[in-house]
Amino acid sequence: MRKYLLIISAALVFVLGCKKDADFLQTDPSNVLTDEAVWKSESLVLSVLADLYNRYVDQQTITNWVEYTNFDEAFPSQASEYWRVQQINYPYEWWSLWDYGQMRDLNLFIQKCSAATALGEEARTRFLGEARFLRAALYFEEVKRMGGVPLITEPMTYDFSGDPTYLQHARAKESEVYDFVIAEMDTIKTMLPDNAGIQSRATKGVALALQARAALYAASIAKYGAGTPSVATAGGEVGIPADKAIGYYQKALAAAQEIINGGKYALYQKKAEDLQDNFAATFYDKSNNPEVIFAQDFKLKSGKVQGWTITNQPWSSAEEQQGGRVNPSLNLAEQFEKLDNTYAPFATNAGSDYIYYDHPGDIFAGRDARLGGTIMLPGSKFKGKDLDIWAGIMYWNNGAYSIISGDTYGEIGNIPGGPTGVQVVGTDGPIDGKEYSAQTGFLVRKFMDPATGSGQLGTQSEVWWVRYRYAEVLLNAAEAAFELGQPAVAAGYMNTVRARAGLTTPLAAADITFDRIVHERKVELAFEGHELFDNKRWRLAHKVWNGESISAAEVVANIGKADKVNTQIYGLWPYKIYNPGSANNGKYVFKVVKSANVTAAHRFNLGNYYSSISADILSNNPKLVKNPNQ
Amino acid sequence: MFRRKYITGLLIAMTAFACRKDNYDEPKTTFQGSITYQGEAINVASLAVYFELWEPGWGKSGAIAVQVKEDGSFSSLLFNGHYKLIIPAGQGPFRSVINNATNTDTIPLNLSGNTTMNIEVMPYYMIRNQQIARSGTNATATFKLEQIITDANARSVENVYLYLNQTAIVDQSNYVARTAVAGGSITDLNNVSMSVAIPASMSSVGTTGVQNYAYARVGVKIAGVEDLLYSPIVKVEL
Repeated sequence: MRKYLLIISAALVFVLGCKKDADFLQTDPSNVLTDEAVWKSESLVLSVLADLYNRYVDQQTITNWVEYTNFDEAFPSQASEYWRVQQINYPYEWWSLWDYGQMRDLNLFIQKCSAATALGEEARTRFLGEARFLRAALYFEEVKRMGGVPLITEPMTYDFSGDPTYLQHARAKESEVYDFVIAEMDTIKTMLPDNAGIQSRATKGVALALQARAALYAASIAKYGAGTPSVATAGGEVGIPADKAIGYYQKALAAAQEIINGGKYALYQKKAEDLQDNFAATFYDKSNNPEVIFAQDFKLKSGKVQGWTITNQPWSSAEEQQGGRVNPSLNLAEQFEKLDNTYAPFATNAGSDYIYYDHPGDIFAGRDARLGGTIMLPGSKFKGKDLDIWAGIMYWNNGAYSIISGDTYGEIGNIPGGPTGVQVVGTDGPIDGKEYSAQTGFLVRKFMDPATGSGQLGTQSEVWWVRYRYAEVLLNAAEAAFELGQPAVAAGYMNTVRARAGLTTPLAAADITFDRIVHERKVELAFEGHELFDNKRWRLAHKVWNGESISAAEVVANIGKADKVNTQIYGLWPYKIYNPGSANNGKYVFKVVKSANVTAAHRFNLGNYYSSISADILSNNPKLVKNPNQ
Repeated sequence: MFRRKYITGLLIAMTAFACRKDNYDEPKTTFQGSITYQGEAINVASLAVYFELWEPGWGKSGAIAVQVKEDGSFSSLLFNGHYKLIIPAGQGPFRSVINNATNTDTIPLNLSGNTTMNIEVMPYYMIRNQQIARSGTNATATFKLEQIITDANARSVENVYLYLNQTAIVDQSNYVARTAVAGGSITDLNNVSMSVAIPASMSSVGTTGVQNYAYARVGVKIAGVEDLLYSPIVKVEL
């Protein structure tokens, strides 16, 4: 019996144990999805697309805080980043972008999606529209940084012939890349859903918003490029002829007005009772936010979270032993107007004496609500806790004030001739040179998440990164209208944005100047990634970052001027007064200060307008021309 | 025991002989000189002007950038070889001159051993006869601005600056005090005079300073030219 069993099992092993060679060698991989499998399933195509969305390029963004500290908006309060305020020149390779790997992936997606007949017609059209949106957005990013780049719209394949010259393409003209981006948006806006509820995928709304922004960039380069004739190449790879400006401005205005007249988006006004909170909530409120057109979304407990709140949380309420990194500058803070539409520095002195404030927040009263919505000010709150920002105690000593301060957050010390064991500096600083303290006297508020746990490394935040929002569309429309000689139209759009910030006295058509346009974008769009590119397209960058150091008196002068020199970051430090017997005892005074770490004045050279193309890329493709002035 | 000795000996031998120093020799040839006009060095700002050396014949091309110092001099350690020297367009307050050998602004450079070579250029202006001295609480400069390029490429003077600094590097990014005179308000380029108040914080003339000297120089911003032209740095006794 056992013998039979053995024979039968041996036979079974021979018969069933082996597969045909062909079958054995053709196992489908279990860790890779094949093209064939992907292009049949809408959900799989969506995950391919999700990867492409994830590679969207930003310059300044909440997941890369240091980029905010390279110019004049903010000081980097982390010891390893002080060099950013100590280097004069911007290297020519900064902001360089030459990502034809991503471009090829997008082109491949578009090619394969066009051929994917197994997908439903409606889904396929939407996918195609989204990929073409992402490709145009990448070309827009390229042209902003590099000028004209080779326009490749098909995936290229090498034939291994040993001669790659047919893959080498010359740079397109700067205007041709802008034309491509603008034309693509005209096509794909009909392919994408027209639904303001979709905010993390491409819609008709963001297609129009991108079109308006791109056309505005091209227009201003054409117009203001005339002032920097050396920022151009003979072949037009850099520089747009001035006669094209009008056409681009018209396109920008038309695209912006299509969104405005479509009526699907509106300014965020859910917290009308407190306009500062309302402005801050514009960025962190993700439920039915009518203002956000396109954002990079995050989700708690999904692995896709961001640490902006950890990076910048005030020390006094920090949930980790870090925070306070992005310190907005006085240069930015003083740009926020008074409620009567006038510019004024913060009132620190009356004649030779200080002005004494009962409460540290009083000096900021009566200003544009966006000031408190963008910046955490001394005397304000975060997550319901009071901030503790003051630089030291000024005590009366032989007919003059002396200062006592500390080296650590909220240090306890003794006032000479006064009480002992008292706190001599704020828990949030400012302490000059102490990282994570508010070294300018300010902390950033925009995009900060008020939710509990947002400052913990283990939880982080799901506040989204807003790339396009309705207020920018209104400002784009205003700028285009102003440049087209329609100041009344421009004033209308600007006043809409300003009214939401509490500036209810409308600007008249005659008030709208280039300086006003520049200023409005500066205060509305601070920390949203516009600073560098706006200054580039207006050809203001080499004027505002001209390498000349500025004095405390120069910082507070010429507020609201577009070409105000802003090469060095200043701060505004509150001090507590200790002078028993005087009416001023316990009040606060303010000083304009420059951190000892701010040693250099930023200089933006003409060669910085378009980033350098690396020597590697240039020698791989002899058809490329270099960017000018490098 | 015997075997262990062998192994130890072998290991020592391997350590001693198995490896050779495999580094290339470092560059040893010094290439130095100045950017000059008729033999006179052209002073520029620190870290503002550079030129490029290209060495063709290698797989990928990339330039060696040579930085020009404040006094117009430069110095670079290189390998011997055949280089091409170019001054990129837009660098410096001057124009390149056409080289006789190449008929372009490219200068062929054949390095074999230490080389000193001045690079002749055409500056828009030259600062001549500069004198800077203290008078009272001011530092006063007198000089002559000689226009060198007078043909179709001539440029006007946009601004003239007088800078004071406490350290020996003085330019538009490194100064404690400065004054500016607009080019349009200069009546006689042959005889320009300007002065800057010495800040109290930096001079023994003032109340709080302790340093009894300062460094000064004149800078000229030429319309449409990014880099400023400078005079030699002068030490001024206060």
